[in-house]
Amino acid sequence: MNLVVFLPLFVPFFTGIIGLLLWGKPQAQRVVSLLGGIGLTLVGANLLLTVIQQGIQVTYIGDWVAPFGITLVADLLSAIMVFVAGMMTLSTVIYAIVTLDAPRERNGFHVLLHFMLFGVIGAFLTGDIFNLFVWYEVMLISSFVLLVMGGERAQLEGGIKYVTLNLIASALFLSAVGILYGVVGTLNMAHLAILVPQVEQQGLITTLAILFLFAFGIKSALFPVFFWLPASYHTPPIAVTVIFSALLTKVGIYSLIRVFTLIFTTDTAFTHTVLLIIAALTMILGVLGAVAQFEMRRLLSFHIISQIGYLLMGLALFTPLSLAATVFFLVHVIFAKSALFLVGGIIHHMTGTYDLKKLGGFYRVSPVLSVLFFIPAMSLAGIPPLSGFWAKYALVRAGLENNQPWIVAAALGVSILTMFSMTKIWAEAFLKEADDGKLRENVPALQSIPAALRLPMLAPIIVLAVLMVVMGVAAEPFFALSLQTAEQLLSRTEYVQAVLGVQL
Amino acid sequence: MKRRPASVIFATGARYILPLMLLFAFFILLRGHNEPGGGFIGGLVVACGFALFALAYSVADARQILRVDPIQLIGWGLLLALLSGLLSLLLGLPFMTGLWPDFAIPAIGKVGTPTIFDVAVFLVVIGVVLNVVFSLAES
Amino acid sequence: METLLAIVIGVLYAAGLYLMMRRSIVKLVLGLGLIGHAANLLIFVTGRVQRGSSAVIPPDQTVLVAPFPDPVPQALILTAIVIGFGTQAFALVLLKRAYQAVKTDDMDAMNTTDR
Repeated sequence: MNLVVFLPLFVPFFTGIIGLLLWGKPQAQRVVSLLGGIGLTLVGANLLLTVIQQGIQVTYIGDWVAPFGITLVADLLSAIMVFVAGMMTLSTVIYAIVTLDAPRERNGFHVLLHFMLFGVIGAFLTGDIFNLFVWYEVMLISSFVLLVMGGERAQLEGGIKYVTLNLIASALFLSAVGILYGVVGTLNMAHLAILVPQVEQQGLITTLAILFLFAFGIKSALFPVFFWLPASYHTPPIAVTVIFSALLTKVGIYSLIRVFTLIFTTDTAFTHTVLLIIAALTMILGVLGAVAQFEMRRLLSFHIISQIGYLLMGLALFTPLSLAATVFFLVHVIFAKSALFLVGGIIHHMTGTYDLKKLGGFYRVSPVLSVLFFIPAMSLAGIPPLSGFWAKYALVRAGLENNQPWIVAAALGVSILTMFSMTKIWAEAFLKEADDGKLRENVPALQSIPAALRLPMLAPIIVLAVLMVVMGVAAEPFFALSLQTAEQLLSRTEYVQAVLGVQL
Repeated sequence: MKRRPASVIFATGARYILPLMLLFAFFILLRGHNEPGGGFIGGLVVACGFALFALAYSVADARQILRVDPIQLIGWGLLLALLSGLLSLLLGLPFMTGLWPDFAIPAIGKVGTPTIFDVAVFLVVIGVVLNVVFSLAES
Repeated sequence: METLLAIVIGVLYAAGLYLMMRRSIVKLVLGLGLIGHAANLLIFVTGRVQRGSSAVIPPDQTVLVAPFPDPVPQALILTAIVIGFGTQAFALVLLKRAYQAVKTDDMDAMNTTDR
């Protein structure tokens, strides 16, 4: 039994159960939740280190060997995602403990958070395509409740859109899995990688690939099925928005990377061209939506969509460099997006509004907060020497090497618009003073938050900002790991060998 | 029973049907090993029994005779499920490997870790369904 | 039999989608249910439709007696039904809460988050 792979699943599940048994005792739940977050980060780090040192880790649930039973597989991509998920959980828990209102905590925020993480980690670690569906549902049901918890009107309306689109995606995913099983006769992903090229009706495989693309596309908010995201993500409290934006759409992208590197590689000329076109449209429409917004959370929600376009672009170009860029970008965008939402949450905590038109003057009053906004914002726009620059640089270079200048043009154009909307927040919320040229009055300073709350609120952002600077200034080791991940994904032999013990 | 029930016949019937349903659910749970049945369907029958009681009297009454908070039932059920899976780890086998003892208990049969898992499912299903039904009926 | 089931699956998908495109959220939830059933039935058909045999090993045998249908799709459907049960229950609770908050089941009245 390989405990290293099993522990990241055990920790959030166990934390959730203990939280359930402590129902109605918010103080105890907080402690458990915090310990769970720390535990998940530690076992995630342990998993990542083990995978780096010893290669892909596999365990067979219930001692049923692959391809018959459910296999848990941790390759480099899975391990990186599990570790990052652990870090984001810990940040969210710390932030939620100090900012979340009492009714929501009493109604089981911490329990649901850890059950959602159970689903997320399961989706990252499973080696079985039907099991992936099950993990998706564990994640979705928890996220449904997290999203509408509190029962405000906007939450319920956004919740209906979120639930509907995600349930349609689940039904399509399920249908696709069923047909895939009917055609190929296996559900184990490594086994599928061997058997799919041998299928005679390759047209059916391509159709299935597009069906999977559509199902995962809804979950990861790709063009043209992204509209549930800006309709729902800005409605819950910021702690919920942070963990959603950090992980949920990324699980969709992770699944796309997994199936389009491991299983559907027989007709890349068609499938990956479709991916590339969708990537371009996703990033352009996402950023155009963002430019039009003046509500900070909605603006940032549209940016989630445009960043998803970049992630898909790396997958679509399908070279080691471009996939490495996607992996690097994935980690970078999780950090940058979460930090931006957290800063937005602090501004809301002090002023009670997210409306950029009503904000202003924070640069003068709280320089610390300004710096904490400036770093992730510039990183998202792709300004050197921050992490976003290297991610975009690698994507652009991969696009040029692949002779796809139009996607490079789209990516760079979207970068400029990203820069524009980040400077809009900067100009409106931080630099702007009163209209008549006088200094703005009643701008709250960070000191207006009690000291006991201030540090836990700022700590996650500071850590994320430092990580973004480190990933930018000392990009070499991070990018080397990304390249190694990309090569592992593209070669597939190591994955199949680890799961089934045979050569591809 | 503080409140007057809606229908005397329905209310009287519910009092007799509930124990029968509980007994039947237990039978289904134990039958689930080698024949159709099991924890999920058994749990649904139990939940139906209490939902019926809640309809005949009130949710408060149904909660009172259930004695346990449905959320606690979910928690204990999940914990039991986890423990049934962890047991095999002690023997160095992978998580959730089925373990069966050599002896059989009369009238029930062999009780292994999958049986414990089934009981856990039974508890979780009761908890989840009753939680949904009660919260729908109360709001 | 397969042809008939194929038609039924198609009708279920179509009816589900039609219901979802109505303005009422009650019909939306019903439509989601129908689409889930269509997906389950689709998986069922991939496991071969056969009369009179189930994929259970008889007490006096050690292997399955042919002909038998593929048990894997049946296990998948069982899982999917249980999950569908959970999501449907949640959708119902959400529907009721949304109705209480907005005081209508008209989807067109639920556009405050898009404005």
